[in-house]
Amino acid sequence: MKRQLLDFWVGLFVALGIAALVFLSLRVANLTGLDDGSAYSVLAEFDNIGGLKVRAPVKSAGVTVGRVSDIDYDTVQHKAVVTVAIDSRYQFSTDTSMSILTSGLLGEQYIGIQTGSDSEMLQDGDLVWLTSSAMVLENLIGEFLFSKAKEGTGDTEAQ
Amino acid sequence: MAPTPPHSAAENLVTIDDVTFAYDSRVILENISLKVTRGKVVAIMGASGCGKTTLLRLIGGQLKPASGNVQVGNLSVPTLNTAELFRLRRKMGMLFQMGALFTDMNVFDNVAFQMREHTDLPETAIRDLTLMKLHAVGLRGAWNLMPSELSGGMARRVALARAIALDPMLVMYDEPFAGLDPISLAIVGRLIRTLNDALGATSIIVTHDVQESLKIVDYVYLMSDGVVMAEGTVADIQRSDDPFVRQFVDARADGPVPFHYPAQEYQAMLMES
Amino acid sequence: MSDYLQRVSGFFQALGRPVTEQLVALGRAARFFVEVILASGICLRRPGLVVREMYFIGVMSLVIILVSGLFVGLVLGLQMYDTLERFGSGDIVGMVVALSLVRELGPVLSALLISSRAGSAVTAEIGLMKTTEQLTAMEMMAIQPVARVVAPRFCAGILSVPLLTAIFNVVGIFGGYLVAVHLLGVDTGTFWSQMESAVDFRMDVVNGFIKSVFFAVAIIFIAVFQGFHATATAEGVSLATTQTVVKSALVVLGMDFVLTAFMFRGI
Repeated sequence: MKRQLLDFWVGLFVALGIAALVFLSLRVANLTGLDDGSAYSVLAEFDNIGGLKVRAPVKSAGVTVGRVSDIDYDTVQHKAVVTVAIDSRYQFSTDTSMSILTSGLLGEQYIGIQTGSDSEMLQDGDLVWLTSSAMVLENLIGEFLFSKAKEGTGDTEAQ
Repeated sequence: MAPTPPHSAAENLVTIDDVTFAYDSRVILENISLKVTRGKVVAIMGASGCGKTTLLRLIGGQLKPASGNVQVGNLSVPTLNTAELFRLRRKMGMLFQMGALFTDMNVFDNVAFQMREHTDLPETAIRDLTLMKLHAVGLRGAWNLMPSELSGGMARRVALARAIALDPMLVMYDEPFAGLDPISLAIVGRLIRTLNDALGATSIIVTHDVQESLKIVDYVYLMSDGVVMAEGTVADIQRSDDPFVRQFVDARADGPVPFHYPAQEYQAMLMES
Repeated sequence: MSDYLQRVSGFFQALGRPVTEQLVALGRAARFFVEVILASGICLRRPGLVVREMYFIGVMSLVIILVSGLFVGLVLGLQMYDTLERFGSGDIVGMVVALSLVRELGPVLSALLISSRAGSAVTAEIGLMKTTEQLTAMEMMAIQPVARVVAPRFCAGILSVPLLTAIFNVVGIFGGYLVAVHLLGVDTGTFWSQMESAVDFRMDVVNGFIKSVFFAVAIIFIAVFQGFHATATAEGVSLATTQTVVKSALVVLGMDFVLTAFMFRGI
């Protein structure tokens, strides 16, 4: 009897613990996303990836369709080479364009996909050549100041 | 076991031969030799801290002597490896100074512990054997008490039942009489004697309780400062006029074992301020 | 002259002694660790022993884990919401609570709580068994105390701590949910979706779990080691119990930094 009660409590404890682990995996981490088996990889070259990180989401029309799986540097062309794993349920044409966007003004960066009109679809290992780089805040401010300064030069020369 | 043990090994279950033992530089036992005859109850007596418990630990193989040999049956204990030592210990029972009952188990489980660990007996057989052992010490009715609920005398009896659980050939008692009231003392004393004879075992009692042990033992060793001072049967000891034996048996405060701890001259010590 | 030399050498001896003593202690701990691992086979042969210890380590720690987890979640919810609201992003409170719990607070706080609740109890229990000669008695009965007493507690601890940590996390997130949704008026859907989008299974949940396993090994090993090597007196046992809590806390926090550096370095 005593022994059974003890076993019961330990059983309850283990069940609770496993339920908690399952809850963490499924509800909190939402482990229903894509796994590597059903994804294909495409490459994209960017002049500047800004703050993009591995595992950042890849979205099309706001829907997450894949994740950044690798970031590398091309020493010949001096460009960033980003490998993107896309869920094989989603197909995109070969003239798809990719751009690095920011969620919110200062939020995390992700890759936005804009599909093209070509009838041929991207295959595993293809290169996406229509890309636009990350918007880097410092560069923007720099440009802004530069244009302001240009406006100002007229006044200084007039003096 | 060897097929034909030599005569002396058959007669003496435990032979301690010229053993010296020291913790670091502190010598506990010095060239000590003694024999325990099969089937007898032998007492090793001496003042507190004279190395009696160490002697038991040497026999149980928990300590290794610096020199000399400890022989149990026909095995030399210091040379055994762990597996052999454990096989030997299964044939030994030991009663610890304060009982050393497992505090997280009740009386029944304490006595059944070794049977469950060492044998594949079915639970019904273990139950019967355990109740038999508890019956032998008169505590069958206390089987479901926890050690904390037992009196000192009862705890000692449970520990005794546990020590003989596997019907050992050698039972060692470390101060079985310490801290017991006169009735419990008499009970434990009688149990040691009767259980030894009933089991056909050999017992070694380490104690400083002279009067109680002289009632039940066959042979006595008197120890002091790591050496055997006197030995003999109970009658020999009671008749002896050796000053040390007399001091010990008659419980005199001063004698060969001095009352004063070694010190410099009293006068001199008082004068230097 | 020789007196001077003696003083100098004495000085260097005094300087080196703590170091050598620590090294000896470390070596003894390492040897004991191997001994325990080798003896752990008993956990598979006799699962009943482990279940019994899991009751004392796991089930007995449930209450403190549940209560602390809930309150940590409640406080995190309040504090984070207050700070985030200054930047107008109070909505992501669910994500912040979940991430801090799963990555850091869950494993670390549960390990600290368990070491003070169960670790100290294990140390005291084994230390007391040593003091009352129960371990020696077991050895004289031809039973290895490391296998019979230490290994089941070790295995039970390693199994219990990650489960307790997971429970702590879930209760904490629930606490954050209570505060954010029911007290502060964050939308339920936003709370959960922000959390789901930000918490990554491999990166956060698995890493948090790995942390809790490392902490489990550390705190339960410290507990059994302190108990088994306690000085066999009442004083020695109480000292060992204190040492268990102190050393566990230091080791858990130190390990946490190392593990975090390994796990989240690139992210």
